[in-house]
Amino acid sequence: MSASGNNTALLEVEDLKVQFKLKRENLLSAQPILHAVDGVSFTIDRGKTLGLVGESGCGKSTSGLALLGLVKPSHGKLLFDGIDLSSLNLKQMFPMRRRMQIIFQDPYSSLNPRQTAGDIVAEPLTIHQEGTPSDRKERVSELFAVVGLRQNQKELYPHQFSGGQRQRICIARALALNPEFIVCDEPVSALDVAIQAQVLNLLCKLQDELDLTYLFISHDLAVIQHVCDEIAVMYLGTIVEKTTRRQLFNGPRHPYTKALLSAVLQNEESKRTERIRLVGDIPNPINKPTGCRFHTRCRYAEDVCRSVEPELTEKSPGHWEACHFETA
Amino acid sequence: MSVVLNNKESTVLCVEGLTVDFDVKGKSVNILSEISFDLRSGETLGIIGESGCGKSMTALALLRMIPSPPGRITGGKVLLNNENLLTATKNRINSIRGKEISMIFQEPMSSLNPVYTVGNQIVETIRRHKLISRHEALEEAVELLRMVQIPAPDRRINEYPHQLSGGMRQRVMIAMALACSPKVLIADEPTTALDVTVQAQIFDLLKEIQEQNGTSIILITHDFSAVTEMADRVLVMYAGHKIEEGTLGQITDEAKHPYTQGLLRSMPEIKSDPKEIREPLPEIPGVVPDLINRQEGCPFGPRCSFAMTKCLQMPQSFALSENRSVKCWLAQQENAA
Repeated sequence: MSASGNNTALLEVEDLKVQFKLKRENLLSAQPILHAVDGVSFTIDRGKTLGLVGESGCGKSTSGLALLGLVKPSHGKLLFDGIDLSSLNLKQMFPMRRRMQIIFQDPYSSLNPRQTAGDIVAEPLTIHQEGTPSDRKERVSELFAVVGLRQNQKELYPHQFSGGQRQRICIARALALNPEFIVCDEPVSALDVAIQAQVLNLLCKLQDELDLTYLFISHDLAVIQHVCDEIAVMYLGTIVEKTTRRQLFNGPRHPYTKALLSAVLQNEESKRTERIRLVGDIPNPINKPTGCRFHTRCRYAEDVCRSVEPELTEKSPGHWEACHFETA
Repeated sequence: MSVVLNNKESTVLCVEGLTVDFDVKGKSVNILSEISFDLRSGETLGIIGESGCGKSMTALALLRMIPSPPGRITGGKVLLNNENLLTATKNRINSIRGKEISMIFQEPMSSLNPVYTVGNQIVETIRRHKLISRHEALEEAVELLRMVQIPAPDRRINEYPHQLSGGMRQRVMIAMALACSPKVLIADEPTTALDVTVQAQIFDLLKEIQEQNGTSIILITHDFSAVTEMADRVLVMYAGHKIEEGTLGQITDEAKHPYTQGLLRSMPEIKSDPKEIREPLPEIPGVVPDLINRQEGCPFGPRCSFAMTKCLQMPQSFALSENRSVKCWLAQQENAA
């Protein structure tokens, strides 16, 4: 781990909000606003991985996109290595982009079908005018070796690769500019288990070798547990629980986290413990429930939960939770 | 979990030597090679494997739904009550689909028709198999939606698929599949498109229905946790072969085939007491073989850490006990013993 002074946080996010304005139903109706991310704060230390976990529509991917400036945050402060990203214009943002990259979920749609694998990996280098064409060629060969692709595969097109290999191309592309920070947006959820293990191992190995910092977005708690140092559980645009990996799995606090864990636990141990079943679906983020967002599905919900929204507070050292009750 | 009856008479569906070929660029490619299994009444059989291993193809072949051309069922039998579905007439097959054997697909959005209300689509299924009026069928449809726990079913029945959430759509698919109380329900990745909490709800629902109606379920999935949740017995597939078969316990605790062992090991597992330092996951090296240019011998050979010269020949399926078999030379000695 490299320490820059005594401040090791690479990324600090404070009260991030992303809103999408939707179409009015008619001329006179109010414009509906979708609060995709609604006040999220976290920091990621250099060389560490923060996991964002939650069900679809909870705002985890939007948070990742907002960090990179791929969607415009409507509120909040984003500090990357001390630089306030939200104050930068497009031109000032350009050199920042080479320091932060993203790996998308679907390796089938995130690669241009008309470019060869070699060209795809070379593109970031070309855009940022990195070295001479022969330097770039050399760098591409190097990257292919790093992610475990064969040199003769540079001339092939994406459709000639399997899912796991395509995700390797995406990883090579993300690494091309030697970034410090990579958003991994569900990087393995489109892959088969056997291939998933290969890609996860590759991501972990690269992190150790290149001192990368990851924001790892996934809906899969098993994957999250495997790669993350710290974990934030999201529900309907907010973080409901945030702590270290050990604490989250050792003693989950929030009723939603417990339900999530209970829904996926697969080992023999879990069969003996009582299963918690959530009823219903995630509420619509356009008309989100008043009070605690989770109260419509929470089995402990009381009157206070319906009217007052709990704040994310540190319930025990390093263990943050947004719930009115002592749930541990 | 449902009761497993062990006598032969309770077998609902019997598949023997099912083989499917596809014509690809003028070449015949073997997609399924002699798949055999029994499905007993009231049990859940999990079929697991990576994408392209032929698990969905097996499901489609059972109901003769393989697109033809290019696909061809070149051998085997599918016996439902001693009637071979592979030689049945088209009319007969149509009356079996949806009534005796029905199917739930992976993507509930693309398998429902977006321009008809869900009520319309359920009524269509019911009236295809039962001689009742539209009105009666509609009432039955409301009942079905209630059975799959859709809130306010009399209102939901008039809604279109896009108005429902993913979990609800999958419930509608299940309601449709159950419309004629089939004996066999084939669920092809029924929860892959859904969130974990909703996935758990769907599995609970399927178990409940199974207990009430004694339906047999074939669960096709790539997800081992789904299999441990639902299945009584498991069939592991690789490159069009059935490489291992056994009860859930036999597969999870005493897997014999190196592929099954590797697959189990490579899954990240949730531990309630994780270690401070992360360890690399054991991985299976390499990729699934190319079916078009199939090599001689065991298809898993090139990725297998136990491979020996003998593996250049295709091993046969060695039976260890009833409904327990392994297609690997390593199992041969055990078989002889």
